Amino acid sequence: MNDYALLVDYEYCTGCHACEVACKQEHRIPAKKPGGIKIIELIEELPGRKLDITYFPLLTRFCLFCAPRVKRGLLPACVKHCMAQCLKFGRAEELAKKTPRKRRAVLWAR
Amino acid sequence: MSEKGIEVIRTTTWSAGPGCHGGCGVLAYVKDGRLVKIEGDPEHPWNQGRLCSRCLAITQYLYHPDRLRHPLKRVGKRGEGKWQRISWHEAFDLIEKKMKGIREVYGAESMIFLQGTGRDIGGWISMLAYAYGSPNWVFGLSGLACYTPRLMVMWITQGDHCVADASQWLPQRYDDPDYQIPRCIMVWGQSLPASCPDGFFGHWIVDLMKRGSELVVIDPRCTWLASRAKIWLQIRPGTDAALALCFLNIIINEGLYDEEFVKKWTNAPFLVRVDDSKKKLLRESDLRGNGGQDNFVVWDMTTNQPRIWRSALAEYASPDVNPTCEGTYKITLANGEVARCKTVWTALKESVSEYSPEKVAEITWARPEKIVEAARFYAKSRPASLHWGLPIDTIPSTTPTAQAIAHLWCLTGNLDVPGGNVIARYPLDVVTYPFHSGAGMLSLPPEVHEKRIGTWKYGPLKDFRAWAHPDTVLEQIFTEDPYPIKGMWIQTANPIACTGLEPRKWDEALKKLDFVAVIDLFMTPTAMLADVVLPAATFLEKNSLKAWWVPLQAINKVLTVRECKTDIEINFELAKRFNPEFPWKSIEEMYDHILKPSGMTYKELGKKGWVLPPKGHPTAPYRRYEKGLLRPDKKPGFLTPSGKIELYSSWLEHWKLEPLPYYEEPPFSPISTPDLYKEYPLIMTTGRRSSAYFHSEHRMIPWLREIEPDPIIEIHPETAEQLGIKDGDLVWVENWLGKCRRKARVTPVVHPEIVMVTHGWWLPEKPGPEPSLFGVWEVNVNQLIPMGHTGKSGYGCPLKSILCKVYKTGGE
Repeated sequence: MNDYALLVDYEYCTGCHACEVACKQEHRIPAKKPGGIKIIELIEELPGRKLDITYFPLLTRFCLFCAPRVKRGLLPACVKHCMAQCLKFGRAEELAKKTPRKRRAVLWAR
Repeated sequence: MSEKGIEVIRTTTWSAGPGCHGGCGVLAYVKDGRLVKIEGDPEHPWNQGRLCSRCLAITQYLYHPDRLRHPLKRVGKRGEGKWQRISWHEAFDLIEKKMKGIREVYGAESMIFLQGTGRDIGGWISMLAYAYGSPNWVFGLSGLACYTPRLMVMWITQGDHCVADASQWLPQRYDDPDYQIPRCIMVWGQSLPASCPDGFFGHWIVDLMKRGSELVVIDPRCTWLASRAKIWLQIRPGTDAALALCFLNIIINEGLYDEEFVKKWTNAPFLVRVDDSKKKLLRESDLRGNGGQDNFVVWDMTTNQPRIWRSALAEYASPDVNPTCEGTYKITLANGEVARCKTVWTALKESVSEYSPEKVAEITWARPEKIVEAARFYAKSRPASLHWGLPIDTIPSTTPTAQAIAHLWCLTGNLDVPGGNVIARYPLDVVTYPFHSGAGMLSLPPEVHEKRIGTWKYGPLKDFRAWAHPDTVLEQIFTEDPYPIKGMWIQTANPIACTGLEPRKWDEALKKLDFVAVIDLFMTPTAMLADVVLPAATFLEKNSLKAWWVPLQAINKVLTVRECKTDIEINFELAKRFNPEFPWKSIEEMYDHILKPSGMTYKELGKKGWVLPPKGHPTAPYRRYEKGLLRPDKKPGFLTPSGKIELYSSWLEHWKLEPLPYYEEPPFSPISTPDLYKEYPLIMTTGRRSSAYFHSEHRMIPWLREIEPDPIIEIHPETAEQLGIKDGDLVWVENWLGKCRRKARVTPVVHPEIVMVTHGWWLPEKPGPEPSLFGVWEVNVNQLIPMGHTGKSGYGCPLKSILCKVYKTGGE
């Protein structure tokens, strides 16, 4: 799994929480127990009453990169269901090339 | 999950489960008859593999320990929470006996059939009501303020409904050669990613943003979309019409409209009499005694004479008419009188010219230069798409507001063009949900339809769709005038916690009735007041079909949960018992009948899963008005009374409502009610969407409740500081009607003078029996919002704009 990475194109994350529930369903993690991914919300005031609202899907220490799924050729549960399709999974080198330069994005590798 | 013995079944979401208006293709993973997992179907054109939190949590929903699993009969007092388990057989017998008793003594109209939002139930509950013989099928939200008001306005203006075009009608979606990405999307009052709007997948907007669409967002709250918009207009709730009229002013007076389209396809050139105290469209019958009352008059520039437009034939009565859109004309009438007339266009132009950016900035609180920028950006972008939300319905001035907004896509020629607002018809003309006025699955004789409550007060209620008027229904339960109401059939709806404004009145009304049946999936505050409660099924437990808007889809049964039955099974069984001449022997036979226009049987659809109407079919885009695909006579034009887009509405004229759009101040506001405003100095708005919940549902689902654990009020940091309120404090939200308790969420997403109080709350973890009713009286915000304040059309209600005060609990 060390070759893999997760690209978080979080400019487009809408904070819908589908990734969190997808993770909990896949790994049968009950509510109130930490899952592998968690949405962080950041609201900052800009001039003229405009706000910047940023949601960021943060991989927690419990994320396994969905190893059992990936071994079967499937995408991680969060990537598969991301409503904004702002999560991409693949080989780290290939994803590094696909990482957008003009907007905020993060490449998680292990 | 890699266990063996797992079967994967493909189906479609709609209704209970995720709760929403559905459309997503899913793969259900089933082992030994039990759902182990759900995933999005990557091959489905609607969601393309994605799935929301509510659907992903469905294992917790299906097998929740509190889920209703068998029919219950009340054995204590209403609300006491004493129930006896009964069999389906006993339940159906009991219901049949009670309801036939009411029908015999008081007449079938004394039974109300109440539903919640438009899901896979509307067709079936109305079928049951009509089989029983009652015309009183109703949606419980005051002023039918959910889509019906906007649908009505689209129907009278352009003869068909339309939606923002996100390529949903095309097989290759965004890559389809027939599609164009909208350059501008105007999102009017909706947080799309947090909701599943009617017939639209919210994240399609995000797909389009990635492909280059830029947004104009109109919203009192700074939503995520607003924060990503090119232009965000933060308006005062309920002032939307003023803004739309100002947009029209700018678009018309700066010449940014599509002149050719307006002249050819709208009734802009029609003449309107303006010398009377009552304005009226000039008819052929005004010009000559034997002239048609439905034919209209234009001024022909070639002959300098009035010329006749024959509505039924959708053509001028004489060749080579070159009508003018502008001007004032004197026309000699059949009785010798000379009438002063203006063109519709001139009348519209004069009326919108009153709404200057400065004046409208004062009304709406948006900045004048931003208003101008937004109007120009929308009008100059081709194609431009407009997506509007429920806030256009949930204000009393809904009808003129929706009309002003609909004029935007009509004037800019963005109707039924790729990437604009595409005409939305039922795929292949298969109707599973009775949007249209008229019969649906069964019909009633006209003398019975005349008893439909509220039709005698409101023209649109009578002529558009078949709803009874909820506010008048509630009133009539108490007044019994013109006839008594004795029973209510409440199916997957929760008026005490969600659709009912002034819920104490609903509580009192239900207790006054002789018989109440509730069909639901969980014991709700409303179900607690019933005599019989029946356990309903989720979408995974049923065979059904979905046809709004696209694709035409099968809902394939995946599994069974205990004794739960589907809405259609329950309605079908009782419809047969109430109507000995009920035409179908089995549900599948009925589905085959519904599917006839598609040329498929239900089995065939089930195998295909989903079907898009082929190119060239009247239910497939684009530019159908040019090709004669909208009208049964195959003439170019629209399905309106005149065959034109009616900027000046003959239907509104017929109903004695103002035929052109105008602005109306909300009934409770700093301007309308300054005395109340002194005591209640904050504007309260409600109904913002949550991705974890569908209205009053899902509060008992652990994976979802942890996303949004508390009933909250959003309050701006400056306002909170003035009131000594800190984030997380418990506060009372109160006005002259009532109060509710909320946790303060101090956030700059709301305006300092506006608070947002989330809707649909009850607390399933609290005791069910009265007086608690699952804590509904502590948290339900509808206690601050009145019934009976619909607009002049009978539609709309003051959900978005009411007044309140907020203070910390403990200090009272």
